[in-house]
Amino acid sequence: MKRRDFIRKSTGAGIAAGAAISFGGYDRLWGKQPPATPYDMVAVMGGSPEAMFDLGIQELGGIGAFVKKGQKVLVKPNIGWDRTPEFAATTNPGLVKRIVEHCLKAGAKEVYVFDHTIDNWTNCYKNSGIEKAAKDGGAKVVPGNSESYYQEISIPEAKILKKAKIHQLLLDTDVFINVPILKNHDSTNMTCCLKNMMGVVWDRGYWHRNNLHQCIADYALFNKKPALNVIDCYNVMTKNGPQGVSKEDVANLASQIITTDWVAGDAAAAKMLKLEPSAVDYIKIAHNLGIGNMNLDTLNIRRIKM
Amino acid sequence: MKYSSLKKIRLSFAIAFFIIVCVLFLDFRHLVPESFFEIFLWLQFVPSVIKHIGAGEAAALGFIAILILTFLSGRSYCSFLCPLGIMQDIISRAGGKIKKRFGRFGFKKPHTFLRYAILVLTVIITLTGGVYILGLLDPYGIFGRFMTYFVRPVVIIVNNFLASILGHFDIYTLVDTRKPSFKAAVYVIPAIFLLLTGIMSLMKGRLYCNTVCPVGTFLGLISKVSLFRIRIDNVKCSKCGRCAIACKSSCIDFLNMEIDNSRCVDCFNCIGTCPDNAISFGFSSPAKPRESVVQVDEKKRHFVIGSLLMFFGLSQRTLAQERNGPVPKKESTVKENKTSPVSPPGSTSIKNFTSKCTACSLCVSACPNNVLIPSFTEYGIAGIMQPHMDYHKGFCAYECTRCLEICPTGALLPLLPEAKKLTQIGRAVFIKENCIVQTERTACGACAESCPTKAVHMVPFTGNLTIPSTTDDICIGCGHCEFACPVTPYKAIFVNGNPVHAAAKKPENIKTELKHEDFPF
Repeated sequence: MKRRDFIRKSTGAGIAAGAAISFGGYDRLWGKQPPATPYDMVAVMGGSPEAMFDLGIQELGGIGAFVKKGQKVLVKPNIGWDRTPEFAATTNPGLVKRIVEHCLKAGAKEVYVFDHTIDNWTNCYKNSGIEKAAKDGGAKVVPGNSESYYQEISIPEAKILKKAKIHQLLLDTDVFINVPILKNHDSTNMTCCLKNMMGVVWDRGYWHRNNLHQCIADYALFNKKPALNVIDCYNVMTKNGPQGVSKEDVANLASQIITTDWVAGDAAAAKMLKLEPSAVDYIKIAHNLGIGNMNLDTLNIRRIKM
Repeated sequence: MKYSSLKKIRLSFAIAFFIIVCVLFLDFRHLVPESFFEIFLWLQFVPSVIKHIGAGEAAALGFIAILILTFLSGRSYCSFLCPLGIMQDIISRAGGKIKKRFGRFGFKKPHTFLRYAILVLTVIITLTGGVYILGLLDPYGIFGRFMTYFVRPVVIIVNNFLASILGHFDIYTLVDTRKPSFKAAVYVIPAIFLLLTGIMSLMKGRLYCNTVCPVGTFLGLISKVSLFRIRIDNVKCSKCGRCAIACKSSCIDFLNMEIDNSRCVDCFNCIGTCPDNAISFGFSSPAKPRESVVQVDEKKRHFVIGSLLMFFGLSQRTLAQERNGPVPKKESTVKENKTSPVSPPGSTSIKNFTSKCTACSLCVSACPNNVLIPSFTEYGIAGIMQPHMDYHKGFCAYECTRCLEICPTGALLPLLPEAKKLTQIGRAVFIKENCIVQTERTACGACAESCPTKAVHMVPFTGNLTIPSTTDDICIGCGHCEFACPVTPYKAIFVNGNPVHAAAKKPENIKTELKHEDFPF
């Protein structure tokens, strides 16, 4: 390529890219968009986590609509705390296992599971039951405890979180499935889909120092978005979150929300905690950034009671 | 029985034991069950003595076993069970390979005055002032510090290097592990002792053990009357002197056919080297102590008196410091007004802890969260190397009781997890002026989300914002809040140590009533 051609072409590409970004919602138009499904969201109530997922994912066309043969999949639960499953501080291990099984059945080449835990990672992986469950399901459980596993990415559209170091698995895999557990959170009111991403970055302290809500929303602008969000609302920590003090904090809501829109997922989850979505600042910010839709009335939601 | 096999037995036992002790210190993935530690460390002399005297524990009778062993067979402890001794044997062997003359010892006169002076001083200071000189000179502790501060970091670096290579191939059997970082001052004492024992053993075999080590000297006193000992058959002996050259302790005076049993460490090297099969190990009545004329040296007397006074004074100063609590180290705009360091759970009080900890650093190695950090001046200068909880480096995991289950000296006593969770080792203090919610008017709550008891919780502030608040009586002082606080360099919440640990209240909790009959959306 001649130098002149290069300059001409790169200028053109730059203008095109800049224009695309300035339109906003660029990622939604052109990024890895999940395949069209009849519903924006499927909510299931009244079964075991595994049974609710089996039913819910079927309504969305099966996991095959999201995971193709030979793809590498990352399943990212919340394993943040050294608590046993009944405290509902960490994602239900049975659910994680079932998702892994679905992915492998759909022909996934490899399914990875990890979280950047807050408590000692080996204890979290072990006591949450997720390490064993995921391995039993056929997944590869990967540590997230060392900075060496993290790579720097940039989020140019972000207001504050313009750079972050994220786990290499997020970059190395083809499909990302977000599997948060819904919990009360005494600083941000609740934690669910968007906030679960604090477990893929290395430096969480930066988020806390620099306007936590804005950073949570900013991260969601990064172009590697979840193909699917599976929200565990089976046992829900309704107070003293996100760690919980005792089992008294936990309500058995026996529900699950599966959605491609993580802002909508967080909005629905907020309702499960009897919160207005607008009471959670990061949901509002993310909605206004065009990351998703918090107005549940405008969505096509399939509700199933088992 | 063939006497030459004694050396082989000694070698196999010592190597196996040495490897096990190394593994206990180097187990950075914390895979060794807590119960294993006591099995292998209960015979360590100084920790066992301290545990027995301190806790009055009938179980901590390892040192009695060692005393009996020494009375039976001399200083077998030094060759079979002392990790520092075995390490020096390894270095000495290497020394002999490097330079022939480092491996040829020959008889030397004992440094009688020096070794007994050190023993007497150590005993006096320990009885009057505290364990710090004993801790400094305890061979097991010295070895523990080598492992913790020099070897373990290297092992972790190598592990991390290999882990990063394997990680590229999607293999995660080795896991990158955080290397603990300590103040430079922490390495001074271990470094001095590494040089001392390293050089002495490289060139002179067991010179350190027979000159400096108070345990060696003390056991040497008993082995003067031990039942079994090395003997030379003066009928068979041709006075070739090979045994003296092979003797790491330089204690065989072959010309006079005498063995200084107070220095003999039962290495059995002499037996194999004797071409006449004149050396054996067997029962013999204690030899009459040699009459020797002690020349009185006024300078030496002054030295002893001076040292005594100095150490006694130092011990008194330490006590005074402990009473007043250490001076806070850092100045900041809003001072972290830490009036007391935090001693680990199970230590019951700072005074109790500092009077029993020999700073062997086993807990520092074993702590999965790297919260136990050797202190510099936190406990006063005499408490140097005794670990304290540094919540800028880590936090005490709610469910973890590893350090208190493995402590060989009883400075940390075991607590059941449920009891540990209700032991208040310190209290969280909130500095509103440093808090992000106050200064930036943005949400944070890192401290409250980390708190396992919700002693730190969020209360309404302005708008949707909430700000931390603390409840003293349910706080256990685990320091997770301080660790999580993202404010730098000084935290907006810190744990002030309880000089005497207190009982925390169990957090009260009411059953949630949240319920949905139908989807709320």
